[in-house]
Amino acid sequence: MPDGTAAPKKAKRERVPRVKMAEQAPEKRIHNFEEVPFGYTEEQAIVEANRCLICKRPKCVDGCPVNIDIPKFIAQIRDGDFLGAARTVRATNSLPAVCGRVCPQAEQCEVLCVEGIKHEPVAIGNLERFIADWELAQGQIALPEIPPPTGYRIAVVGSGPAGLTVAGDLAKIGHDVTVFEALHRPSGVLAYGIPEFRLPRPVVKSEIEYIQRLGVKFVYDVVIGVTVTVDELFEQGFHAVFIGTGAGLPRMMNVPGENLVGVYSANEFLTRVNLMGASRDGYDTPVRLAKHTVVVGGGNTAMDAARVSLRVSGNPVTLAYRRSMEEIPARREEIHHAIEEGIKFELLVAPLEVLGDERGQVKAIQCIRMGLGEPDDSGRRRPEPIAGSEFVMECDTVIVAIGNSPNPIIPRNTPGLEVSKWGTVVADEATGATSRPGVYAGGDIVSGAATVILAMGAGRKAATAIHEYLQTLPKP
Amino acid sequence: MHRIHSHRVLAEKIHEFWIEAPLVARKYRAGQFVIVRTHEFGERIPLTVVEADANSGRIRLIVQEAGKSTILMCRLQAGEHFLDVVGPLGRATHIENWGNLVAVCGGVGTASLLPIVRAAAAAGNSVYAVIGSRSKDLMILEDEFRAACKEVRVSTDDGTYGIKGFVTDVLRQWIEQGQKFQQAIIVGPVIMMKVAAALTKELAIPALASLNPIMVDGTGMCGGCRVTVHGKTYFACVDGPEFDAHGVDFQELILRNQAYRNLEERALHGLLDKGCQLTAQLEGAKHA
Ligand SMILES: Cc1cc2nc3c(=O)[nH]c(=O)nc-3n(C[C@H](O)[C@H](O)[C@H](O)COP(=O)(O)OP(=O)(O)OC[C@H]3O[C@@H](n4cnc5c(N)ncnc54)[C@H](O)[C@@H]3O)c2cc1C
Ligand SMILES: Cc1cc2nc3c(=O)[nH]c(=O)nc-3n(C[C@H](O)[C@H](O)[C@H](O)COP(=O)(O)OP(=O)(O)OC[C@H]3O[C@@H](n4cnc5c(N)ncnc54)[C@H](O)[C@@H]3O)c2cc1C
Ligand code: SF4
Ligand code: FES
Repeated sequence: MPDGTAAPKKAKRERVPRVKMAEQAPEKRIHNFEEVPFGYTEEQAIVEANRCLICKRPKCVDGCPVNIDIPKFIAQIRDGDFLGAARTVRATNSLPAVCGRVCPQAEQCEVLCVEGIKHEPVAIGNLERFIADWELAQGQIALPEIPPPTGYRIAVVGSGPAGLTVAGDLAKIGHDVTVFEALHRPSGVLAYGIPEFRLPRPVVKSEIEYIQRLGVKFVYDVVIGVTVTVDELFEQGFHAVFIGTGAGLPRMMNVPGENLVGVYSANEFLTRVNLMGASRDGYDTPVRLAKHTVVVGGGNTAMDAARVSLRVSGNPVTLAYRRSMEEIPARREEIHHAIEEGIKFELLVAPLEVLGDERGQVKAIQCIRMGLGEPDDSGRRRPEPIAGSEFVMECDTVIVAIGNSPNPIIPRNTPGLEVSKWGTVVADEATGATSRPGVYAGGDIVSGAATVILAMGAGRKAATAIHEYLQTLPKP
Repeated sequence: MHRIHSHRVLAEKIHEFWIEAPLVARKYRAGQFVIVRTHEFGERIPLTVVEADANSGRIRLIVQEAGKSTILMCRLQAGEHFLDVVGPLGRATHIENWGNLVAVCGGVGTASLLPIVRAAAAAGNSVYAVIGSRSKDLMILEDEFRAACKEVRVSTDDGTYGIKGFVTDVLRQWIEQGQKFQQAIIVGPVIMMKVAAALTKELAIPALASLNPIMVDGTGMCGGCRVTVHGKTYFACVDGPEFDAHGVDFQELILRNQAYRNLEERALHGLLDKGCQLTAQLEGAKHA
């Protein structure tokens, strides 16, 4: 596209480089779980905001799955109207402090940024984080005016980003919402998957508190489909049900030796550390202290597992990924941080077998090198094994991070709920409506493993659709 | 929070709890388990539900002091609380009309088998049982087994009660005496299950074993509970806990259950060294 969407008079303005966030030094941070980037100061945020062209036809907004009015909130930051900026972001994004940290901005909004065509894109994610943190630092987030109770009751199943969004949106318009969570703590992957050095717990906690202050009730230790079925929720008087149970079923490699002692799914390893506190003093759940960890995979989960193992064990970690750096799906920033921290990348490498000793403990992993062939269905070049290139890496811990499938508990136990051949719940893209009246679904359970913001986007649409559905019911 | 209605010691290091868990009590079927946490810093511990009373909303758990978490749990008294109880988890036992069923159990596994024995008897099976323990004092639930079974035989390692030897010795002898069994179900220490599975295989008696791998979430999310059965991997918490005993890779299960041996021992030593601090630690945890 032609250069010049920006107003010509601005073309002469002085070009300031993208403001980087200060970070904990790699050699220090590998010994702690504190957050890596410190976030912008007010001055830095204003300098960065000034880099935005405030485009008349901004591209960034199209890249944002919840269409935050990006130029508007950036202009508000530029003008020092932080409260206004926070409101603008919160208008379409109910978890901004989370999204500012974990969204793949480099592939969503920032990749489309007009300033980015010739120069570096505006740091939209950093600014979003700044404004959300600023808001949290002011104390309690101001509650919106909530209309009188409607009397309608909605059950939300799963407290991940999808469920939290539905719950918050429906509570704001006066509905009575109860969230049912299988684990003993809320927020799904945000609690058990993403580590604290990327998403500090107080950030998640204040978002949950906000949703509780909106009137949402949380019930833990209830596995819907098992403890209580979806049908029983209706019998108990709920008028609608939202299913946001995520993609919590780890895929394994199906290679020999996979059940040796020392082979973890990333979910298990991360859950032990993040949810159960295995690396912290005083917590009872154990975790292996690896001498050398090999992580298999290249997504965010693989990066998290690698960097957590590094911090827990203080010993070397190697990441084996079957394609090249070009295809690696993790957030750019995480890859960059992992490299800085000394994670070794073995690219174009696939596992063949995990080798064990006489006590059934992992002692090595046999791999094979891959070449890239013709593009596959995903448009990425297909990795193909190179005959004769097998090699063995010694290690005592293997963490498998090659993806998660939809959680099967609800599909298995809910008659009449249409499920795809991949095990995802079939739901209308625009509304989240499933094959059962009054039952809506969204997030990873519908899309397969995706992102926080897509789960939230699906939650938002479902909340609107549920509200409309409730209007068709008799008044409670 | 789940109030402890009663706590009773059944044998050395084996405790019985009735706790309030109305949602679990309402849904429970024989063969299922719960995961509990007793305090904020605690592990998630899987325990079989031995009995449930939907009217009072209570469930019965029988716990052996094995390591730090179960030792701390067994210090809790009636009127105190379990922090979390989630369930009922796992598939219920698929009870058929087998004819003669033999229940083979040892140690605290005896508790896990009681509800299955009762359900199988209620479904019209003739149920027989072999209960093993190390010594007479450690034998639990014998009367309740006798009430549900046609005949119960016992063995102890030290010969203080019943036949001196192992449950498999009793089973073999029983069959040699002409007793016929159409189905066996085995629960106990993994090594016992391994030997009993081998014997039933040799005798061509179909057998189920209820497996007890290390678990975390119990909902199929972590895969820590992987077991191999007939060469295929299953997640015991959602696909089990019962499997065809003749296909189970028991050796793998034994090794996997020792995964944290050293770390657990460290936790335990920390606990024992501190001796009297134990109660303090529990108190602290309860109020956290
Ligand atoms: C390690 C890791 C790192 C990631 N990093 C990023 C990142 O950097 N950026 C990004 O955008 N995305 C990331 N993702 C993906 C992102 O976290 C998910 O796409 C998102 O959390 C999906 O949200 P959800 O609400 O659909 O489900 P989840 O977050 O999975 O939550 C589902 C919840 O439902 C509960 N549940 C399941 N079954 C039941 C039931 N039967 N009854 C009651 N409750 C139930 C679960 O316990 C869980 O709490 C990452 C994922 C992982 C695993
Ligand atoms: C489905 C299921 C049902 C169970 N039902 C009961 C029950 O009704 N009553 C009961 O007392 N126990 C039961 N268990 C076993 C119980 O969960 C473990 O004994 C407990 O988790 C040990 O915790 P700990 O911290 O006290 O001991 P740890 O310190 O963790 O372990 C002590 C020793 O036991 C071994 N161990 C750890 N976990 C297990 C395990 N899951 N099985 C066997 N050995 C283990 C360790 O390697 C160690 O050597 C069950 C397990 C499963 C999976
Ligand atoms: S962030 Fe980029 S695309 Fe969006 S308004 Fe600013 S300059 Fe334009
Ligand atoms: S205990 Fe986590 S999957 Fe079974």
